Amino acid sequence: MKFEETKKKAIEEWESTTQKKVCIRVGTATCGRSSGALDVLKAINDELSRQNIDANVMEVGCLGLCYIEPMIDIYKPGHSRVIYANVTPDLMPQLIEDYLLRNNPRPDLALGTIGEGNIEGIPRFSELPMIKPQVRLVLKNCGHIDPVNINHYIANGGFGGLIKALKMKPEEIIEEVKKSGLRGRGGAGFPTGTKWGFCRSAEGVEKYIICNADEGDPGAFMNRSLLEGDPYLVLEGMVIGAYAIGATEGYIYTRAEYPLAIKRLEVALDRMREHGFLGEDILGSGFSFDMRIKQGAGAFVCGEETALMYSIEGKRGMPRPRPPFPATSGVWGKPSNINNVESWADVARILDQGADWYASFGTERSRGTKTFSLAGNVKRTGLIEVPLGIPLRQIIYDIGGGIVGDKEFKGVQSGGPSGGTIPAKLIDTLVDYEHLAEVGSIMGSGGLIVMDEDSCMVDMAHYFLDFVQKESCGKCVAGRVGTSQMMNILERIIQGEGQPGDVEKLESLANTLLATGLCALGGTAPNPVLTTIRYFREEYEAHINERRCPAKRCTALTSYYILPDKCEGCGICLRDCPAEAIQGGKRMVHIIDQSKCIKCGTCFDVCPPRFNAVVKVSGEKVEVPPEPVPVKASKKE
Amino acid sequence: MESELAEILAPYEEKKGVLIPVLQQVQEKLGYISEEAISQIAKTLKLSGSDIFGVASFYTQFRFVKPGEHTVKICLGTACHVRGGEQILNTVKSYLSIDTGETTKDGKFSLERVACLGCCALSPVIVVDEVVHSKMNPLKTANLLSSYYQGGGDEV
Repeated sequence: MKFEETKKKAIEEWESTTQKKVCIRVGTATCGRSSGALDVLKAINDELSRQNIDANVMEVGCLGLCYIEPMIDIYKPGHSRVIYANVTPDLMPQLIEDYLLRNNPRPDLALGTIGEGNIEGIPRFSELPMIKPQVRLVLKNCGHIDPVNINHYIANGGFGGLIKALKMKPEEIIEEVKKSGLRGRGGAGFPTGTKWGFCRSAEGVEKYIICNADEGDPGAFMNRSLLEGDPYLVLEGMVIGAYAIGATEGYIYTRAEYPLAIKRLEVALDRMREHGFLGEDILGSGFSFDMRIKQGAGAFVCGEETALMYSIEGKRGMPRPRPPFPATSGVWGKPSNINNVESWADVARILDQGADWYASFGTERSRGTKTFSLAGNVKRTGLIEVPLGIPLRQIIYDIGGGIVGDKEFKGVQSGGPSGGTIPAKLIDTLVDYEHLAEVGSIMGSGGLIVMDEDSCMVDMAHYFLDFVQKESCGKCVAGRVGTSQMMNILERIIQGEGQPGDVEKLESLANTLLATGLCALGGTAPNPVLTTIRYFREEYEAHINERRCPAKRCTALTSYYILPDKCEGCGICLRDCPAEAIQGGKRMVHIIDQSKCIKCGTCFDVCPPRFNAVVKVSGEKVEVPPEPVPVKASKKE
Repeated sequence: MESELAEILAPYEEKKGVLIPVLQQVQEKLGYISEEAISQIAKTLKLSGSDIFGVASFYTQFRFVKPGEHTVKICLGTACHVRGGEQILNTVKSYLSIDTGETTKDGKFSLERVACLGCCALSPVIVVDEVVHSKMNPLKTANLLSSYYQGGGDEV
């Protein structure tokens, strides 16, 4: 069948599913599921069959508003789609009855509308403060189509880029990608077209392309969302790349921790083979290519390209020195080209819409858009896509809605363990490759962790270094010994045993690691330490000189006490303490046994505000009775 | 067990680059990588036992002791850390009286820490068996674990 015919049929199916009758979309990506989306889905199906309503129910990917999952949207012919957030299974019968049977779209429950037409009392989804600054090029299908239905993908312009590419010469495709200005979205930012050129011109009959879906950065989930919401877009980009580079085989190396993404990729690959987008003589072009999934096994360092390739070969994933670069000697010693999930998706959009179109977004040197996972102490957490060059302030306050509990914004960590912390005073930094590097951080793959006044910067540095130290493969001295030495110093600082000169020692070790690390893991490991020293040196000094954690975060330097003159002996904290560290009785002043306390803060959280008897202190001691005493007696004293 | 292993291994005989998928399947079937499994994989794939242990011990996914009836995974990704993942880990450790990588004496729970589950927007999260529990705190965690001793668990 010709592609035009396939497309015609796909559009027919798409229209009959989503436009001819009621269509209910339920977001069932991992974040939706962990908020209970599958129960909501079941409740919808139960109610539809109970009421005998003829409707299509569709599982879709994530719209990115993870903080108000589960989300559904309801389309009624002749109306726009209405999105409802924070829904529960209990709500479904009422909502279905109100909207589908009584024609009341329940503006009180609705979040926004999508598509033509307005509904009174419900804002347009695209006008919402968290959506308006976003530009969704690679996430355009997420939350709209059934991720594994190839016809939905085709009906929405899918494979348009591949069709164009197969009519072009490979060199022309590489030129087009170069012209778009696309730079590697895995974090390093190397120009994608240039990289392809190296592999194209490398000698060899067998060549490989790889999709790096080993999203190991703690705090990053962009690739997971994209693979769960629109796997075909990534795979289309890969077929285009394979044709341009002259590859015969491809691998998608993905984390085993992403079971849903793997499942959806497997289905998508099968469908592409059935429709002739993969395999022998793709769409009659004479070009043959196939690819398969390789699951990682939980090793962060495998995100490094040479380590990843060893892992594909079934070996320990340890990086090796470059050159030779993978473009000349990669998997099985053959020329290989590796790109991040998002880069491949960008390629499919670029070929479809043209390099000039793509380059019209972003800045002079950082073209296009970038997805970020916005998490931490920000009100509206989720997955976003913004044009490069957007001010950080706009991401945190307009899209993110500011800090949880309106606490003070302290800083944001970008780029994961290889990145750095950007302090509050630099909130007007523009988010692109150059400006992030200028302030000591990196773009990285796109994790943005927002921190408030309760975050301790020494603790954050310790956290990241602990992570890289555990994940270091042990091959080079920087990774094996350097991270461990830095860790020892940070460990004693947060334990309240820091020594004068420790900060300088950390700086000197950090510079040695930067210069000598074999791969990016060891070589960038000191970044979180260096940026926190650069911007928050006084916090290190408070820990070392005053044995005090200003944020009251480091457990060894922080204690909880129950104030005897405020405690009413109500027993709530005693009952809720998970460590059974609180002694007392009815109308007896409660006492925390400091030797048993795990400093979880539960007592602090559950003490009724009218008593406010629990305090959290660092660097000071609170006088409390040695054992429980009657409430009144203590109040007289 | 030998025949179960033989079944998993059969399609992989003499193939290259298959060690990791083989280990993953063995663990899925048996719950862990036992010593006997290692020697049988070695025979089939024509590798040495130390090659296999070298690869398996490199990756955090593989464990070498029998897991408990339920596996509790505590996410310690950055977002979970910022929102108190460490306190949740401490709560579980103190509640079950085990450290990470261990199994309770009654064989009910084993405890693991994971680097990031990618549910950062719902942090802090823990996973019991395959169910993700989001926006946790120490109290909710203790209640969740205790529900398993009262016969329930999955619905919490």
